[in-house]
Amino acid sequence: MADAGMLRFHVPEPEVRPGGTPDFSNVPIPKAGSVPRPEIDVDPRTIRDHAFSIIRVLNRTGEAVGPWAGLLSDEELLAGLRHMMTLRIFDARMQMAQRQGKTSFYMQHLGEEAVACAFRKALEPGDMNFPTYRQAGLLIADGYPMVTMMNQIYSNEADPLKGRQLPVMYSSKEHGFFSISGNLATQYVQAVGWAMASAISNDSRIAAAWIGDGSTAESDFHSALVFASTYKAPVVLNVVNNQWAISTFQGIARGGSGTFAARGLGFGIPSLRVDGNDYLAVHAVAKWAAERARSNLGPTLVEYVTYRAGAHSSSDDPSAYRPKTESDAWPLGDPIVRLKNHLIALGVWSDERHAQAEAEILDTVIAAQKEAESHGTLHAGGKPSTRDMFEGLYADMPPHLRRQRQQAGV
Amino acid sequence: MPRRTMIEAIRDAMDVSMGRDDKVVVFGEDVGFFGGVFRCTQGLQAKYGKSRCFDAPINESGIVGSAIGMAAYGLKPCVEIQFADYMYPAYDQLTQEAARLRYRSNGDFTCPIVVRMPTGGGIFGGQTHSQSPEALFTHVSGLKTVVPSNPHDAKGLLIAAIEDPDPVIFLEPKRLYNGPFDGHHDRPVTPWSKHELGEVADGHYTVPLGKAAIRRAGSAVTVLAYGTMVYVAQAAVEETGIDAEIIDLRTLLPLDLDTIVASVKKTGRCVIVHEATLTSGFGAELSALVQENCFYHLEAPVARVAGWDTPYPHAQEWDYFPGPARVGRALLETMGA
Repeated sequence: MADAGMLRFHVPEPEVRPGGTPDFSNVPIPKAGSVPRPEIDVDPRTIRDHAFSIIRVLNRTGEAVGPWAGLLSDEELLAGLRHMMTLRIFDARMQMAQRQGKTSFYMQHLGEEAVACAFRKALEPGDMNFPTYRQAGLLIADGYPMVTMMNQIYSNEADPLKGRQLPVMYSSKEHGFFSISGNLATQYVQAVGWAMASAISNDSRIAAAWIGDGSTAESDFHSALVFASTYKAPVVLNVVNNQWAISTFQGIARGGSGTFAARGLGFGIPSLRVDGNDYLAVHAVAKWAAERARSNLGPTLVEYVTYRAGAHSSSDDPSAYRPKTESDAWPLGDPIVRLKNHLIALGVWSDERHAQAEAEILDTVIAAQKEAESHGTLHAGGKPSTRDMFEGLYADMPPHLRRQRQQAGV
Repeated sequence: MPRRTMIEAIRDAMDVSMGRDDKVVVFGEDVGFFGGVFRCTQGLQAKYGKSRCFDAPINESGIVGSAIGMAAYGLKPCVEIQFADYMYPAYDQLTQEAARLRYRSNGDFTCPIVVRMPTGGGIFGGQTHSQSPEALFTHVSGLKTVVPSNPHDAKGLLIAAIEDPDPVIFLEPKRLYNGPFDGHHDRPVTPWSKHELGEVADGHYTVPLGKAAIRRAGSAVTVLAYGTMVYVAQAAVEETGIDAEIIDLRTLLPLDLDTIVASVKKTGRCVIVHEATLTSGFGAELSALVQENCFYHLEAPVARVAGWDTPYPHAQEWDYFPGPARVGRALLETMGA
């Protein structure tokens, strides 16, 4: 063997930085319909290729093709389009509200609307999601009131979380949406525990865990995979790969593993990769994984390949670390445009109806915003009481907190 | 009344709780088939089945994290961390998740878990089998922290902890598992069968969280202690002949401040004893509270006897462990003797 010389330290870099020309030509995009749909009780060892390909249903001309197509009715697809449009318009209004100083913080879903909106429709009532801060589509698609979401964002007097949580950290047991925490990845293993509890209780409900590409590097991602694998927990382990963790490109978290789905293979967990901007594909794969879980076949890992088209948060400026036009070059396109084109191809939608729907949704969102603002915004109007700050920490307030509440004069 | 070791009392507490409520599940490393490295869960898997008592992967964050998910579902997990020294990988889950779940979700989700962990030194455990990390829990809003000192309390407090609607850190002084220990390592250890607090009633009873116990009534000085240090303080009091009042705190948070304040107002002096390192240890909180609440009654500075501010050593075990001689000296100094 030749002399290797001195050791060299390796730090992955994205292909392109600001000022460069976005280029995704090295990202292999399989043809829609080309990835087979295995039976849900498949031996995970026989579908290893699914962790390296991309399951896609909608082709370039907007047709739904291949073995993963055909699960959703026109009505369901139209509802899905509406959910995604609602989320995008909701995001735009709330982003603006943040800029207007009505709240301190906001995080958009731009470009990722299909993932949570379509996934939600693969679950049954009673199932529980353990989301990150970028899955509000789960709430929108489940009919959670937008006014309540805005009340939380505004931390106003009607905020269901009493002003204790940062904006977008929603919680709704009723809508199968576990309380969001700022600490990344913690909920991933909690989801597995919830699923274990359902199995221990001989229930029929399943859990869905959510994580981003960057947070897969957290220890709790590993913990969750170990526990899910060991106990065959009825959980769908979702990885939303939007290519970016704030300023860090996905290669920093992924390393040499090729794909995030491939991480599941070492745990014996069937692992699929899916086009995250294809509403039909997301739903079909989610349904497959949910059925596996519900049939006692154990966990599934699903990587959603998508792109974070917006800034990481209202505190972030992506032009400092990636080309401004990168999202336009993203080869999987825009999830709303793609579903819209599919529905037009089916003859159940049109550009006119789309424009009309956009206007209607905007009106609805603005009406909700007016109602929410009547309860106050962060710096004006009604707000949660100082008493609320002391309450609800323990089931019964311990003496030391009672003394402190008294000192605070409330 | 039957006499039990602390191990048997703790096992009995889980047995009683599992028998009464099928939502109670027990798991951790080596906890299932084997019955735990300290035998605290022996026989539970055979009695209740693998879905109620099972072995876990060696992953503390996974153990606590999955327990939080189970609690959110509606179960009551009572999990074990093999040594308190190994809770650190779970610290994120305990402090950021378990402690805050009720608060941040405004009661939408709650976290009625118990995390048992053997704690404390005096066993030649070295750096990672001797630590007393209680101050890392009492500093966290939303957690309750319990340290029993005898079999009777261990059972009653553990049942109370399992039934408590909030997350409870249950620190078990492993030095006390088989018998009380007063720091005289050169003398034979008495088993719990010869101690009155080894009397553990069958069936269900609780010792309320947040209530201290006066182990020795006295008028000259108040000693605040918990865990193994209760017996060290008793030995020091006997050897110095000082008429001290010894309070076994039992629960560090919520703290039974009323009992502490009433005692210090009576005695005018206070010595705080714990195994954990001194700086920012729980003794600092106790000292501050005594000073704030008993200032005009204090006749001497509040004294603290604690582990030195070093990692827990191996060979120097008895130079590190705050034994009866050190506690006795602090008592004498506080009395001005």
